[in-house]
Amino acid sequence: MPKRTDIDSVLIIGAGPIVIGQACEFDYSGAQACKALKEEGYRVILVNSNPATIMTDPEMADAIYIEPVHWTVVQQIIEKERPDALLPTMGGQTALNCALDLAREGVLEKYNVEMIAASREAIDMAEDRELFREAMTEIGLEVAKAVIAHTLEEALQKQPEIGFPTIIRPSFTLGGSGGGIAYNREELELIVGHGLEMSPTNEVLLEESLLGWKEFEMEVVRDRNDNCIIVCAIENVDPMGVHTGDSITVAPAQTLTDKEYQRLRNASIEVLRKIGVETGGSNVQFAINPEDGRVLVIEMNPRVSRSSALASKATGFPIAKIAAKLAIGYTLDELMNDITGGATPASFEPSIDYVVTKIPRFTFEKFRGANDRLTTQMKSVGEIMAIGRTFQESLQKAMRGLETGITGFDEITTTIENEADRDRLRDELRMPGADRLRYVADAMRLGYSIDDVARLTRIDPWFLAQIEDLMATEQQIQDAGFSGLNATLLRSAKRKGFSDARMANILGVAETAVRKRRLEHHLRPVYKRVDTCAAEFSTTTAYLYSTYEEECEAEPSDRPKIMILGGGPNRIGQGIEFDYCCVHAAMALRESGYETIMVNCNPETVSTDYDTSDRLYFESLTFEDVMELIHKEKPKGVIVQFGGQTPLKLARDLEAAGAPIIGTTPNSIDLAEDRRRFQKLVDSLGLKQPPNRTASNKAEALALSPEVGFPLVVRPSYVLGGRAMEVVHNQDDLASYMDAAIDVSNNSPVLLDRFLDLAIEVDVDCVCDGEHVLIGGIMEHIEQAGVHSGDSGCSLPPFSLSDEIQRELIAQSIKLAKALNVVGLMNVQFAIQNNVVYLLEVNPRASRTIPFVSKAIGIPLAKIAARVMVGESLAQQGYVNQRIPGYFSVKEAVFPFVKFPGVDPILGPEMKSTGEVMGIGRSFGEAYAKAQLASGVILPRQGNALLSVRDRDKDGAVELARLLVACGFDIVATHGTAQHLAAAGISCRRANKVREGRPHIVDMIKNGEIDLIVNTTEDKQAIVESQSIRSEAVRRGVTYYTTVAAGVATCKAIEHLDNVEVNRLQDLHKEVAA
Amino acid sequence: MVTPAVLALQDGTIFDGTSVGADGKTIGEVVFNTAMTGYQEILTDPSYCRQIVTLTYPHIGNTGTNSEDMESSRTHASGLIIRDSSMVNSSWRSERSFSEFLRQGGTVAIADIDTRKLTRIIREKGAQSGCIMTGDANPDTAVAHARKFPGIAGMDLAKIVTTNAPYQWCYGTFFGRRPRILSRRIAPYHVVAYDFGIKRNILRLLSDLDCRMTVVPAKTAADEVLAMAPDGIFLSNGPGDPEPCVYAIAAIREFLSTGIPVFGICLGHQLLGLAAGASTIKMKFGHHGANHPVQDLATGKVMITSQNHGFAVDESTLPDNVRATHRSLFDGSLQGIEFADRPAFSFQGHPEASPGPHDLKALFDRFILNMDARKLTTRRAVI
Repeated sequence: MPKRTDIDSVLIIGAGPIVIGQACEFDYSGAQACKALKEEGYRVILVNSNPATIMTDPEMADAIYIEPVHWTVVQQIIEKERPDALLPTMGGQTALNCALDLAREGVLEKYNVEMIAASREAIDMAEDRELFREAMTEIGLEVAKAVIAHTLEEALQKQPEIGFPTIIRPSFTLGGSGGGIAYNREELELIVGHGLEMSPTNEVLLEESLLGWKEFEMEVVRDRNDNCIIVCAIENVDPMGVHTGDSITVAPAQTLTDKEYQRLRNASIEVLRKIGVETGGSNVQFAINPEDGRVLVIEMNPRVSRSSALASKATGFPIAKIAAKLAIGYTLDELMNDITGGATPASFEPSIDYVVTKIPRFTFEKFRGANDRLTTQMKSVGEIMAIGRTFQESLQKAMRGLETGITGFDEITTTIENEADRDRLRDELRMPGADRLRYVADAMRLGYSIDDVARLTRIDPWFLAQIEDLMATEQQIQDAGFSGLNATLLRSAKRKGFSDARMANILGVAETAVRKRRLEHHLRPVYKRVDTCAAEFSTTTAYLYSTYEEECEAEPSDRPKIMILGGGPNRIGQGIEFDYCCVHAAMALRESGYETIMVNCNPETVSTDYDTSDRLYFESLTFEDVMELIHKEKPKGVIVQFGGQTPLKLARDLEAAGAPIIGTTPNSIDLAEDRRRFQKLVDSLGLKQPPNRTASNKAEALALSPEVGFPLVVRPSYVLGGRAMEVVHNQDDLASYMDAAIDVSNNSPVLLDRFLDLAIEVDVDCVCDGEHVLIGGIMEHIEQAGVHSGDSGCSLPPFSLSDEIQRELIAQSIKLAKALNVVGLMNVQFAIQNNVVYLLEVNPRASRTIPFVSKAIGIPLAKIAARVMVGESLAQQGYVNQRIPGYFSVKEAVFPFVKFPGVDPILGPEMKSTGEVMGIGRSFGEAYAKAQLASGVILPRQGNALLSVRDRDKDGAVELARLLVACGFDIVATHGTAQHLAAAGISCRRANKVREGRPHIVDMIKNGEIDLIVNTTEDKQAIVESQSIRSEAVRRGVTYYTTVAAGVATCKAIEHLDNVEVNRLQDLHKEVAA
Repeated sequence: MVTPAVLALQDGTIFDGTSVGADGKTIGEVVFNTAMTGYQEILTDPSYCRQIVTLTYPHIGNTGTNSEDMESSRTHASGLIIRDSSMVNSSWRSERSFSEFLRQGGTVAIADIDTRKLTRIIREKGAQSGCIMTGDANPDTAVAHARKFPGIAGMDLAKIVTTNAPYQWCYGTFFGRRPRILSRRIAPYHVVAYDFGIKRNILRLLSDLDCRMTVVPAKTAADEVLAMAPDGIFLSNGPGDPEPCVYAIAAIREFLSTGIPVFGICLGHQLLGLAAGASTIKMKFGHHGANHPVQDLATGKVMITSQNHGFAVDESTLPDNVRATHRSLFDGSLQGIEFADRPAFSFQGHPEASPGPHDLKALFDRFILNMDARKLTTRRAVI
């Protein structure tokens, strides 16, 4: 059946901002869907609020709307664009929910829009626990036993159906809090009692415990002719009980016999048929009891998912692209498998001849107070995938690419001296955390048997045996010593995935020594192709991975080529924005006639799509892996400034080893980062920095602090994403920071900077070709200085800066770009206090805001910068003048606090946001209103606004209160603030702070009496005291701000809530270019 | 202690690896299979007689071995080539470790070689004669041995692997259901199955469908079979070149003239094709995998199938009364035929799976329907 001709236009809904559980995999799937449908000649309309996505690039769809993914807004888009069909399965849960809202609100019916790929009924059946259970039972599949209870008596009466141990989950509590596992009646009574109390609906779910069962996922694709294929089976190394997103997973499944595998295959296909997924990709999750093989269906997603992105990368089968084509009527046999150059059809099941390992990446260090044990609630913020010919090789490649400072199975617990040590290790094994596999290795080094570890971790013995063997090899290496590291041992270790660095660690020598020895023995990796067919058919697609085998299939060309180093696993502070830049570099240089080579290891991204570049090497970004590639490919240039910190950290070593790094030199990058060198440069240019000093111990810090002046920002000398950065207001706070900071900075010096309070912070992004500078944009932060720039909202163009100040910012940026000999991108951060411009920092590389600015001004800065780096000047490219749009673009950050109960959701110098959204409007207020809606904040229109601000903000609070009153809010204020407001003639209700006695403000929040909170605090004490306000606000979903500025912006936004206009991005760009 | 092993191909390529099975030497045609599960079923499939199997998935033996997953009473593959042999066996069904299984079965096996390189050689040059030698073998000797292997074309292997004497079969499939032993008294269909190297799962599936199975040797004459009064005749899979099996082709021609339903799989399909007057060809490196798409030409539906064959029926030589029912979407080769004028059909791939997907299980039902239809007409004739 060929494609449908009864529809001409399709609306695709994107996933919105990056949040935990929904990351850039949906940019990958959405971008593929857009390309696939455009290729077929359909008019594609796209809505997504996330500017850092490739899918929102103007050439990706005919009409792009960077607008909130909210049904009210999408309705406006539908009204304007009148699409024939809606494809809801490419944008994760966000898109599915939005599509369901549109259906429920009658919008689809009203405008006669057909939902394709999955029907409303199918989505409901898959999502609703009861409907799903019934459906599964009807087709003879088992699901975990579960009952719902509303009283303790009911729970006790029903529990015998479940048996012990029983899992208790209170309904609708944040992060699943209040639940637990009961092994006996006493515990059951206790936990159920507590759970009922915690649940706002007084409801608990009692569920059969599947802890320790094995978990598998099947990626299925179905077409409208009922042809079904399994693209990939994924086995979780972690047993049930750890969220799949947080699990270390392996493809293909390792511990299933054919009979068991086929049973899962049949069951998954039956599930798709029953749920009624008409076309497209879905995933079905199963639990298997390792004792007797009993199989339970856990859940299914009737859409492409994180695991389908992983499965696509793991097999080379582009699930989203195929799913999009199936949605518009093709059948699998009519589509070709691109990777074999069309030699085979898409209607087959990929066979792979390697092992893929995915390891999630966590950032618990950013969220003090968070529970760092892995549970059924997802907590990871990114992931790495590695390909090897064996599990050992892929596992160790993944570990070294995680960028958590490890090179393999680095030791944590090296000795057990007492019972407490033993207990600690046992707990780490029983209750897994981020480093569970390293503890497994530790246990084995300390003599635990596979059985011991299996009993504690419930990890399948097959995986444990592999790790045990690796530990035996480590021992062999240690026993041999560096002198005994001969060709045989080295080859055997390399084949098991040991990095040079890990061997060097074991042997206590430098990595270069191991590298030298390895090269003396001519031991280098070969590169094998990912071809979906285990070499049965030949392929010209260059999707490659390294391994230590005999035959190399890389076949490098002799064309001029540029290698782009990607950003590795996502983490807070380094996410999709950098992948966007890398993808743009690849696209631009391909257009300029270069062969482009992408190196990256993040399976969620567009950069690791095999057709983004001419060649894709799915490799970890370590010195060793990159140098081997440079040796193999001999590129003309290597780009390190687009992938964030990951490649930058390698830049100097790569350059020293002879890598041809293009663009701004590593020396210039270093100049910008080295405090002393930079200060000299700033002085010579006559620019101003806030007073600052460097201290290498506590005494020195305390002694120097008066020279800097309080409040001051203190941080370790090299930090990522504001890690361990703090604003301190007095000597006591500084002293306690210094006591705590020692382990963070490893005794390296700390930097003290004067904190410019109530200053306005500004980012400037620009491109320099060595001679001329193109200013991309000036972004005025909404939150005042002190909030990490990644966490702060910002507006382009600025909404309050004078022309004179803006000219000054531009002049200073140009000076810096030239002085640093920037060739490529540069980002400068300024603070403006009392009309004085201070320079905070310069980053001669891609910044997080590049995609936002590019979307706002309609100029692809990263592409331009990439061309500049290969010698095309700005003038040659035709980009000389700054473009200032006549509309406002506001960027707003999105935070994961809901997932981390117990963490103070306050903003500060340490970055905590996972993603961002963009709102575009004719006024700042409209743009800000959209950004808020897009980030999931439902702004209240009236009610009680609670103000509780620090002394320094009291004047600002008066202005804010006036605005709020004008919007129609009643003001509630704590005593200090209330007094100040009263003095200014603003009447308000008074409320107690928590320590002032009850009823206090937290009581009021709990009682639903507060609709909006603006709460600013300063010193440590006040922050601790006010945490309960913020935490309660997060728990109750009450809109809250921790800066007065954000409150003021909100007032401007509230006016616009009811009259936002949706804008086609391409029209806006046309307007700004005119 | 690690024992070295060497694999030599007729083209002179040498692979150094380690021995993970029995000691000794083996020669055969080196083929590859891309299935990621089912190593035990593959090794015990009689169709692999005189073939050394390369499994392209690197980790083999992970789930150990068990008595249920045997496709015949023993290993038939001449040897095994893999990347990595599992250190442990992890499965609730496992009874014996994989390495023990290999050693006790006398299977010579080599591991730790670049199996992808080998696969690419076979893909480019076609199936190769090869030799595995364990211990400190001289590579030149191994190459010489490899070159001595005459190749499978022209070889009648069915007569080697077939049963010596007829036997009855009454066991159903065991996995995912209660093991069922069929009572011969109530089983309505009597099927005589020619054993050219039959896989047990064919027998199990037919048992599940209430067939009494009488398995007969490959060279059993047609009149002997007809004397058993079969409701249907099944032609099994098996190794080697179909053309030399003239005895079987002659018998099949007789069955076709009786109107008794005939169903053939793999070699049985090729023999049915030959009996119909078509010819067969030797393929470059054959189909060996569990992911092959096959299209049902009547419905357009695509099924994922298990495949294991080195010969194929040439579609262009089919006579007028035989039509193509299935085609491979990988290379367009003929995958299924049926007679227009009598109840006989066959399939090139493996609907019995084991290993592989179960998408074509319905072909067995079709055989049953053909038998039902024939019963009705003969009963009517009697009345």
